[in-house]
This record gives sequence, C-alpha cells and structure tokens, in this order.
Amino acid sequence: MAEPWEDDELEGPVRKFMYVNRRAPYGTIYALESLEVVLIAAAFEQDVTLVFMDDGVYQIKKDQNTDAIGVKNFSPTYRALEGYDVEKLYVEKESLASRGLTTDDLIVPVQLVDKDQLAQLMEEQEVILSF
Amino acid sequence: MSIEVNGKSLEVDEEGYLADLNQWEPEVATIMAREDGTELTDAHWEVINFLREYYEEYQIAPAVRVLTKAIGKKLGKDKGNSKYLYELFPYGPAKQACKYAGLPKPTGCV
Repeated sequence: MAEPWEDDELEGPVRKFMYVNRRAPYGTIYALESLEVVLIAAAFEQDVTLVFMDDGVYQIKKDQNTDAIGVKNFSPTYRALEGYDVEKLYVEKESLASRGLTTDDLIVPVQLVDKDQLAQLMEEQEVILSF
Repeated sequence: MSIEVNGKSLEVDEEGYLADLNQWEPEVATIMAREDGTELTDAHWEVINFLREYYEEYQIAPAVRVLTKAIGKKLGKDKGNSKYLYELFPYGPAKQACKYAGLPKPTGCV
C-alpha cells in the first residue's frame, strides 16, 4: 500500500472548467460559493478558468470593507488562487468600463476580453458553471 | 464540545476544530497535540505559524498541495515535501496542522 505522502498525485481525468461570476460579492451567497468550488476544483488539479462579468467584476475590486454588513470580507482569498495554479482570470471589458473601473482597481491580475473573445473561450470549455 | 485551555473553556466542532479562531493561543495547539499523543517541536511550530500567517493573508486554510508548495518556497525544499509534512503531522498535514493552528478545515479537504 502506498504511504500517504505518495498519494498526493491525483489520478483521473482533467477537465476544462469555466466559472462565470456575474453577481455582486455580497447580498447573495453566489460569489462565495463559486470561489469555494473553484478552490475545490483546483485542489483536484482541474483546468480552471474564471470569468468576471456584469456585477461579478465587483468581486475582485480592491479595498472591500464589509464591517457594516457583518459578513466576512473574502476578497483576499482571490489572491490565493495563484498558489492553487489558477491563473486564467478573465474580465469582460464592457462590464468593467461601464462601472467606472479599470484593472488598477482589481486585487488580482486579469486579462481583459471582449464578448467575442469570451464566446471563443467558452467554446473551448468542457464544463461551464454560471454563478 | 469544548477544550480546556488556561482555565477557559473553548468551543470546538465535532472534529475538534476551534469554533472561533480569535480564541486561539499557542497553548491551544499544545493541548490539542497532547490529546493526539504528540509533543510539539520547533518544526511543528514552524508549520503552525506559517498556516496562521497564510490564513491572515488569504482568509482560507490551504489545501495540502498548496501548503506543501508554499512551505517549500518559504522554508526550503527539504521541508516543502509531503513526506516531511506527514512525518510531523501523520493525520494529514493540512487537516491536523490547521486544527492546531485554530483554522477551519481546509476547503477541498476530503
């Protein structure tokens, strides 16, 4: 039998998962749930892509302060994604611009894409989950 | 469920993880380890302190693969491998060390 430390190479298929985040970070549980399943997929060494569009771009906005609403500010966790080898983060251009934001306002490095490029990325996925 | 630390009763969940991580103090780790039959050494503390810093920065407990890689980066290759961490924390480095550090169970931990 393998020793436990020899067991950390996971076997099984690697699938291309895309998580599309479209809602504000707080007020509903969607953003946090999405982040949790992203971390789980990454822990299982899947090929993970994240998209932020519509109000979802607020999820990765810098300087979030949740004191007044009494919930945990989980935005620092997006910065942990790199350590999980999740490095394909895309933001839909118009969503960002129409909210008066630029990539300088975001806590993680992202690639800006337009709707056509996004459609192309979606075409390449095996599983797409929308939150 | 609860554990007794310095005369205070601290609430823990059914798996022994501290309910409120703000109640953590070093004695929590010492007492939890002793219940598992382990005396903590400097090598254990290095990992426990690393986990507390990781949580402070990212607000999550890392998965074991991520912990191993990050330890390697911070403390050197000879420590950033599963064998070393499993020898220190035989119940699983992420799970057991996170428990001693007062963190929640790592996300994606099975």
